[in-house]
Amino acid sequence: MAIHSFTVNNRPVQVDAEPDMPLLWVIRDLLGLKGTKFGCGIAQCGACTVHLGSSAVRSCSIPVSAVAGQKITTIEGLTGNTLGESVQKAWIDEQVPQCGYCQSGQIMSAVALLKHTPKPTDADIDIAMQGNICRCGCYSRIRKAIHSAASHQAPPASLKKPVLHG
Amino acid sequence: MSSEKHTIARREFLKHTGLSGLAFILGITAVDTAEAAITRINASSLPLTGLPGIGNAPPANANITPYIIIEPTGKITLINPKPEMGQGTYQSVPSLIAEELEVSLDQVTIITSSGQKDIPGQSAGGSSSVRGQYANLRKVGATAREMLRSAAATQWGVPVEECYAEDAQIIHRPSGKKLGYGDLASAAANLPVPANPVLKDPKDFKILGKSVARPDVPLKVNGKAVYGIDMEVPGMVYASVERCPVFGSKLVSYDDTATLKVKGVIKTVKAERVLGKNRYEGVAVIAENYWAALKGRRALKVQWDHQGFDSFNTKDYEQHLRDLAANDGLTVKDTGDFNKAMTDADATHKLEALYETPVVAHATMEPMNCLAHWQEGDKVDIWTSCQGADIVKRELATTLGIPADNITPHISFLGGGFGRRLAADYAGEAAGISKAIGKPVKVIWTREDDIQLGPFRPMTFSAMKGAVSADGKALAFQHKVISPSISATKSDKYDKTKPDRSMTEGIADQKYEIPNMHTAYVFADIHIPMQPWRSVTSSTLAFAHECFIDEMAVAAGKDPLLFRLDMLTQDSDTKKVLNKLREVSNWDKPLPKGWGRGVAQYEFFAGLCGQVVEVSTRTDGSIKIEKVHCVIDLGTVVNPDMVRLNTEGAIIMGIIAATKDAITFEKGQSIQTNFHNNRMLRINEVPQVEVHVLADGGPKIKGVGEPGLPPIAPALCNAVFNATGKRIRKLPFNLAKV
Repeated sequence: MAIHSFTVNNRPVQVDAEPDMPLLWVIRDLLGLKGTKFGCGIAQCGACTVHLGSSAVRSCSIPVSAVAGQKITTIEGLTGNTLGESVQKAWIDEQVPQCGYCQSGQIMSAVALLKHTPKPTDADIDIAMQGNICRCGCYSRIRKAIHSAASHQAPPASLKKPVLHG
Repeated sequence: MSSEKHTIARREFLKHTGLSGLAFILGITAVDTAEAAITRINASSLPLTGLPGIGNAPPANANITPYIIIEPTGKITLINPKPEMGQGTYQSVPSLIAEELEVSLDQVTIITSSGQKDIPGQSAGGSSSVRGQYANLRKVGATAREMLRSAAATQWGVPVEECYAEDAQIIHRPSGKKLGYGDLASAAANLPVPANPVLKDPKDFKILGKSVARPDVPLKVNGKAVYGIDMEVPGMVYASVERCPVFGSKLVSYDDTATLKVKGVIKTVKAERVLGKNRYEGVAVIAENYWAALKGRRALKVQWDHQGFDSFNTKDYEQHLRDLAANDGLTVKDTGDFNKAMTDADATHKLEALYETPVVAHATMEPMNCLAHWQEGDKVDIWTSCQGADIVKRELATTLGIPADNITPHISFLGGGFGRRLAADYAGEAAGISKAIGKPVKVIWTREDDIQLGPFRPMTFSAMKGAVSADGKALAFQHKVISPSISATKSDKYDKTKPDRSMTEGIADQKYEIPNMHTAYVFADIHIPMQPWRSVTSSTLAFAHECFIDEMAVAAGKDPLLFRLDMLTQDSDTKKVLNKLREVSNWDKPLPKGWGRGVAQYEFFAGLCGQVVEVSTRTDGSIKIEKVHCVIDLGTVVNPDMVRLNTEGAIIMGIIAATKDAITFEKGQSIQTNFHNNRMLRINEVPQVEVHVLADGGPKIKGVGEPGLPPIAPALCNAVFNATGKRIRKLPFNLAKV
């Protein structure tokens, strides 16, 4: 085994695990964060989506050795995060989930989308959310919730950036 | 390992489960649906425990298990007998009690039942959770409310008529005095049980019939909802089980030399998965963590004897079903004289067709899993996602050979059920492994296990015949089903001399007034385990039934919707649904060029739904589903918003079954293995769906979870015909290349 150091939800962690152990099982079984779900194991369903830096990635297909020194955010890490909480609120307002099992992954993909594209079009949503399967078929509400969260966001950061002189 | 974080997670868990009740509580149960009974329970031993939604052990010294627990502290707990799997029972079922009890759902804690003897019907299936509990649970809530009112009236020395319940309090109308339910619990518990408490007038409902927010939604968006796969107990280990994807194989031997060298692997043991009459052997790899178990499993060398079953393939079996279609089979129902009507009919107005549907997998998002702990004295605790606590008890008692009372299921939220989790094979297997290793063990199936190992929805083939008159009226109609039987794949006691009602459900019961009808069943044997799949056999039979009605409409030279209405001279819900569909879909208005529309309805045990699908054709020959108009007939509704969501989901599931991959067998096993070759609809592929809920109130109450599914395949294929002139008679078909 080997020690792997990285950050999860802004907390530094060290785990002793085989280097090829997927990040998903590290998060769930070694760190005890159960909100990230196992769905397929081959990056086809998106239930295991977390953020690596600011990108949505499938934790089932990333070995723990590949995230050394990096920042991981899971669904639990959205608490206290303005964008994350506004997406979660939109999910509640639209009453999105049915069984709910895929929703952590859906929300992590949606937050990553909004981080990079604060006002996504339907086409943007199609591209960003295509990797997340919802077997219950909540897709139209997922789309609505993303638009709703986008409309409740403050203006995109680029518009608020202070002008730097000199 | 990161023991620190691990320990924190464990402590959280223990903290939640360490709560206990206090003093006396008011507990009400309805042992049978006719009579509510009350008891006082010493709550110090009552395990009012658990994370939201998780079931708990029954109180050890209580002689009765309540639906409602009101503690002197004011805490109110409602026991939900229907597992939540996305169909909304975490809100809808407790609401039946809460409405009459005059509490809101944010004032109560909801826990899922654990197979306690006193609570009947602890499984969710057949779209029956709300319609089956509607009267019973309202009465339970009303009983408690009336006793609380009486207790308050006695305490205040005022007439009970002057007291009313609101917001978990009894209020004395003239004085405005108030007492909380907690303050009244002990006194109420000593009162006699009113035999016929007055139920609320539906016009006064605050929860029922309203689109209220579901209490499970916040838990499902912040990662806190606990599913079976998330359960943990101290000392547990993990397992992954190698089973043979060729059904019917026997385990000859295995070599675990390489497996035992995998870091984290503890040992290997033989496992057995029991599914009805079928017993499947496997090799379980036990490890300190799931990844090690999986790696160890991949390193196993297992020798299987396929016993000839590796020659089984879908292509040959489909031909076998086509050959069987020549048989008369067993008559399900005859109306008029079908054979005479066909003989008499004009040859140019007779038609026949064979419709074919495939095997499909349930593919719940949460793969099968179970945490089992076999303890001394043959006591077994089961933490799992299952469609019924009582299913776990019943099945495991049989497969493990221990009394049902020894088995304690803890039912979590389910990451999808769709009928798959009406079986508890995965739980029995896990319990057996726990017994073998003497430790609690969590078995998690891979997605490949889930897709390949069944049980599956069976294929049905339908031999259709019909005749119409020269003036365009339906004269004769035959629907003969040729298929394996779900029951026969599970039970040795299956009676082949009787028509299989489940495999022919609904085909003789549609409301169309056709004077001469023949419905029949031809049994086909198969060794592959089958299972109800959302809307069971209606999910395939509706396709043949409603597409062939469309073929008859074409033969009659009639508009397909008007042809149907012509066969509905009597008032019926079906007629109402079709008329509503005609209106909401603007059926009588022409569509853009290159578009087509189709209609279908189906009525079966779960309920009734009708749909109109609009499609457009593209120059590359592909088809786009533009819009689905849907009308679901309910009578009385509990949560209209959830009905719309559920029905939309059923439609999407039906489109997947009609247009994606299905399960095909080669060399005895499913060639589909995971979501790359057993594809689901994704967000960019879903059509616009508009669901209209017919709910005029009244005593009629129909199911929600399933009725949206059967009409979608025929409505879609009828639309494809309308747009292209191509008749789809075999599912799945490819929208990209019709």
